[in-house]
Amino acid sequence: MTDHHGDIDSVTGKSTTGHEWDGIKELNTPLPRWWVISFYLTIVWAIGYWIVYPAWPLISSNTTGLFGYSSRADVAVELANLEKIRGDKMAALGAASLADIEKDPALLALARAKGKTVFGDNCAPCHGSGGAGAKGFPNLNDDDWLWGGTLDQIMQTIRFGARSGHAKAHEGQMLAFGKDGVLKGDEIVTVANYVRSLSGLSTRNGFDAAKGEKIFAENCVACHGDGGKGNPEMGAPNLTDKIWLYGSDEASLIDTISQGRAGVMPAWEGRLDPATIKAMAVYVHSLGGGK
Amino acid sequence: MNKTANPNDLTSNDDDGPLYVAQKKVYPQSVSGTFRRIKWGLMAFCLGVYYFLPFVRWNRGLGAPSQAVLIDLPNSRFYFFFIELWPQEVYYFTGLLIVAAVALFLMNSVGGRIWCGYLCPQTVWTDLFYAVERFVEGDRRERMKKDKSSGLTLKRVSEIALKHSIWLLIAWWTGGAWVLYFNDAPTLVKELLTFQAPMIAYIWIGILTATTYVLAGYMREQVCTYMCPWPRIQAALTDEWALNVTYRYDRGEKRTSVKKAIELRALGEHVGDCVDCYQCVAVCPTGIDIRNGPQLECIQCGLCIDACDNVMTKIGRPKRLIGYDNDINIQRRQEGKAPVYRIVRARTVAYSAIIAAVGGIMIYTLATRSLLDVNVLHDRNPVAVKLSDGSIRNAYTVRLLNKSGYDRVIAIDANGPANLTTHVVGIDSVTPDRPMIVIPRDSTSELRLLVTAPAESNPEKSVPVRFHVTDIGLGEVATATDNFVSP
Repeated sequence: MTDHHGDIDSVTGKSTTGHEWDGIKELNTPLPRWWVISFYLTIVWAIGYWIVYPAWPLISSNTTGLFGYSSRADVAVELANLEKIRGDKMAALGAASLADIEKDPALLALARAKGKTVFGDNCAPCHGSGGAGAKGFPNLNDDDWLWGGTLDQIMQTIRFGARSGHAKAHEGQMLAFGKDGVLKGDEIVTVANYVRSLSGLSTRNGFDAAKGEKIFAENCVACHGDGGKGNPEMGAPNLTDKIWLYGSDEASLIDTISQGRAGVMPAWEGRLDPATIKAMAVYVHSLGGGK
Repeated sequence: MNKTANPNDLTSNDDDGPLYVAQKKVYPQSVSGTFRRIKWGLMAFCLGVYYFLPFVRWNRGLGAPSQAVLIDLPNSRFYFFFIELWPQEVYYFTGLLIVAAVALFLMNSVGGRIWCGYLCPQTVWTDLFYAVERFVEGDRRERMKKDKSSGLTLKRVSEIALKHSIWLLIAWWTGGAWVLYFNDAPTLVKELLTFQAPMIAYIWIGILTATTYVLAGYMREQVCTYMCPWPRIQAALTDEWALNVTYRYDRGEKRTSVKKAIELRALGEHVGDCVDCYQCVAVCPTGIDIRNGPQLECIQCGLCIDACDNVMTKIGRPKRLIGYDNDINIQRRQEGKAPVYRIVRARTVAYSAIIAAVGGIMIYTLATRSLLDVNVLHDRNPVAVKLSDGSIRNAYTVRLLNKSGYDRVIAIDANGPANLTTHVVGIDSVTPDRPMIVIPRDSTSELRLLVTAPAESNPEKSVPVRFHVTDIGLGEVATATDNFVSP
């Protein structure tokens, strides 16, 4: 407290603090006692914090407090609780059939939420965060499915992959007709133009359709089928539609026919638990509604 | 601190002022009169509403809560009689708070601290606790005497025990009523009594019991003087026309006892009507002397008016030596002019207009708000998908809100580029191209909507598309607009 010099304000009869600004003096108005006591109590309370909670940094660690409280341990407990809560819901997901999940709005919402997270962690590097795909990596939002687009077929693909080395993986590949010397250069150009003609794309001048059809029948029909409609059993794409995994221009097609194609999709069975795989299948199917 | 002798200091009082001041205990005396009656009435009304409102029932149909006023936190709903609010409609409370604030300003510009004196929970509960204290320990003089005497007789101990028991009961009921607003009241009362209520309910009752007991039993006027910001704000908002509880010093001064007044009047000297009986001070719940003029501590409860009126009636002088008045009128009376009361003035008209405008907007929006709503979010990755037949598909996340008390069957239409077809993932609609779904009452549904434009329609890069959500039964429509994008 400042010395108030016994200065008494004549108007109020109160003493002043002795502070004066342009003739205006500050009255000495002490705090109420309960306020001062409360203030001291907060200081005492703060000391209690030092003792009870981790407070002071030491050279290599810090004081841990009486109860050994740690917010990191709290997080671990909360995460464990979360897993427990999720456990019940994921069990429900694991027990339901794929078709039932899509019919039940609550399960569908759960599967989509779970699937989206897992998709982001595991699938997005190749297929993109929204499943939009890229050259060589199929777009999962469309209605064109190399290995079939029903819920069960999608789950099958996720579980075992394609050319993944898993015993149950999808097998079958596009041969390297040029590299292996099966077809000669001009034959490859001809059949590439023939493939373009299947989906109504333009062909180069002087293209011999009959010759192209003959080469196609001898080399390609086995997998791509009559008329090039594709075969999901072998992962052979439909060549008559508007979707091209490796590009539809002549150069890309020549490249594909010469070098062959054998994209790999890893198997997720064993790496993700069955309920999670189910959620992912439902999520992927819901992106574009499958086929 | 080492002080050098200063000649001026030698004559002055050298000791420092106190670091703190002890709370001066206030012993308000009981009083009767107009304002006391108004205060009793308002107290009964306010506490009655607070304690019993949770038990008022309101039929909202099967499966919906039947409590008239309910804050349903787990389900994020607020019920107020016929109104049900969702979390995103919390802005109605903003309007309510604006109205409340301006109403406070209006009260203040008309009659000073009406809120503080009559309606504030701190005042109401403190008043109630004082009533209990008076009932158990007696009036002002008795309480002062009892507090002074140090002897603890059995009677005194039982008195103190009784007072605190009643206080705690009231405090406990106050905390108890609070939690009833957050759960079905009859059910919760049953659970509370059988110790089956959730722990959080007991914790809140405990907290509010403690705050009520401490604030109304001990802190009392200290809350108003030191803790509440309103006295400071009020002082900045008041003006010269506002009526405040005022000692009419023009009439009261010079204070003279009844006997002396007769002598002085006989000599032709001027004397005031105030007989310096200190009744206004005795009844004051904040322990101040109103005759010192407007003060921060004064909550303007009007009890000093009652006290003074009673004295004036007894000695045969006109009432309202203390009354709702202002300095302008005191001055006018001193100049021999008639007082002027100007309730209607720019300030009060403006406040009333703001209250009417905000209140009107709130009522209008509340009355015309839609109970069916739709929000649409376009997929960003990918924005558009080309299908095998060359057609273009966009995907949208559609959130449907059914705020009504019944299930709805709704149809979704997308109007944009020609020949759009729509499909909802997971729904096999009986009406192809016009998905129909059921949204349960009082809930939201999130859907994934696929909208496809045929290849030959060849839409532009980005075309607006309007989503119409129609209640098949009632014809109610909600719309949202987004874009249809082509790759």
